[in-house]
Amino acid sequence: MDPYALKTLNAERRARRAAILVTDLGDGRDRIVREGDQVAGDLGAAIAKAFRTGNSGSVEAEGRTFFLNAHLPQPRLVVIGAVHISQALAPMAKIAGYPVEIVDPRTAFATPDRFPDVALHAEWPQDVLSRQPLDGYTALAAVTHDPKIDDFALKAALDANCFYVGALGSRKTHAKRVERLLALGATADQIARIHAPIGLDIGAASPAEIAVAILAQTIDAFRSRGLESKGAAA
Amino acid sequence: MSPWEKQTLREAIMENSIYLDEARDPLIIAEGWMKDGKDVAIATVVETWGSAPRPVGSHLVIDADGNFHGSVSGGCVEGAVVTEAIDVIGSGKAKMLEFGVADETAWQVGLSCGGRIKVYVERLG
Repeated sequence: MDPYALKTLNAERRARRAAILVTDLGDGRDRIVREGDQVAGDLGAAIAKAFRTGNSGSVEAEGRTFFLNAHLPQPRLVVIGAVHISQALAPMAKIAGYPVEIVDPRTAFATPDRFPDVALHAEWPQDVLSRQPLDGYTALAAVTHDPKIDDFALKAALDANCFYVGALGSRKTHAKRVERLLALGATADQIARIHAPIGLDIGAASPAEIAVAILAQTIDAFRSRGLESKGAAA
Repeated sequence: MSPWEKQTLREAIMENSIYLDEARDPLIIAEGWMKDGKDVAIATVVETWGSAPRPVGSHLVIDADGNFHGSVSGGCVEGAVVTEAIDVIGSGKAKMLEFGVADETAWQVGLSCGGRIKVYVERLG
């Protein structure tokens, strides 16, 4: 392995950015490919797939055998709102492989008693997100129903290109939210990325069912990353 | 929640840390060894068949004295990989190793779970 490739790879991993180490198993030469780098041909197609699935493996291309070792950051879910839905969502998401952090400045809601075994911040999103910035491998679900708490986090999630952004509220509520986000400087394209009403449409009624709908939508968004712009190519 | 469920949940949380575990991460350790001027080999699982204990992409890193971190099999074949890795550090030539119950020569260090794995061993630098 090229020492420079190892250094580059570790730097990307520390920064929570996806990278693939491509090794030619014939001559041992290797290089790092970052997400978004253009690679042509069969190798490029295999690299794109590895970024999406996170699966490593060998590929035959250009008459050679390459090993692709995909290093994806651990995806995570930030939930704005220590509400009933979040109490069900936190353990479910964790088991599914999406560690959760909950942010809610209302100390009556954000209590360890209501949220055992969860990273819980009884603070404003502004404060938490400045310490631990959102990124492309973070999902954000805003479920407080309170613009004072949700709006900043939603704008931050759009700017950080979070792989999933969802907001609780009816279509009517969302229409007002769109106006406020436009006023905050969000673009129409950005706002179109918000899933609202939140969650897959499975007719969820109880808080726990809504949590399932949110989690399913999060997984769907994660596993179809990068497909929107390419017309859902295989 | 039962004690078993609590344990399972705790393990799921531990495995899914969003931050690198710098003290245990094989590639971070390999970089540290390199900075300390050590000769290092990196072993990578590149293919698995059947029930293999560690997924494709898993690493074992080895220094010239036989110190190692990480795993390619959960303990079954690490000893053999370390021996080969010291060889690779000396020669600089990468090797492809194969372990599994089908391979007579590998039987003694084979995977008791019945799977087979292919491990690529290369020198760093």
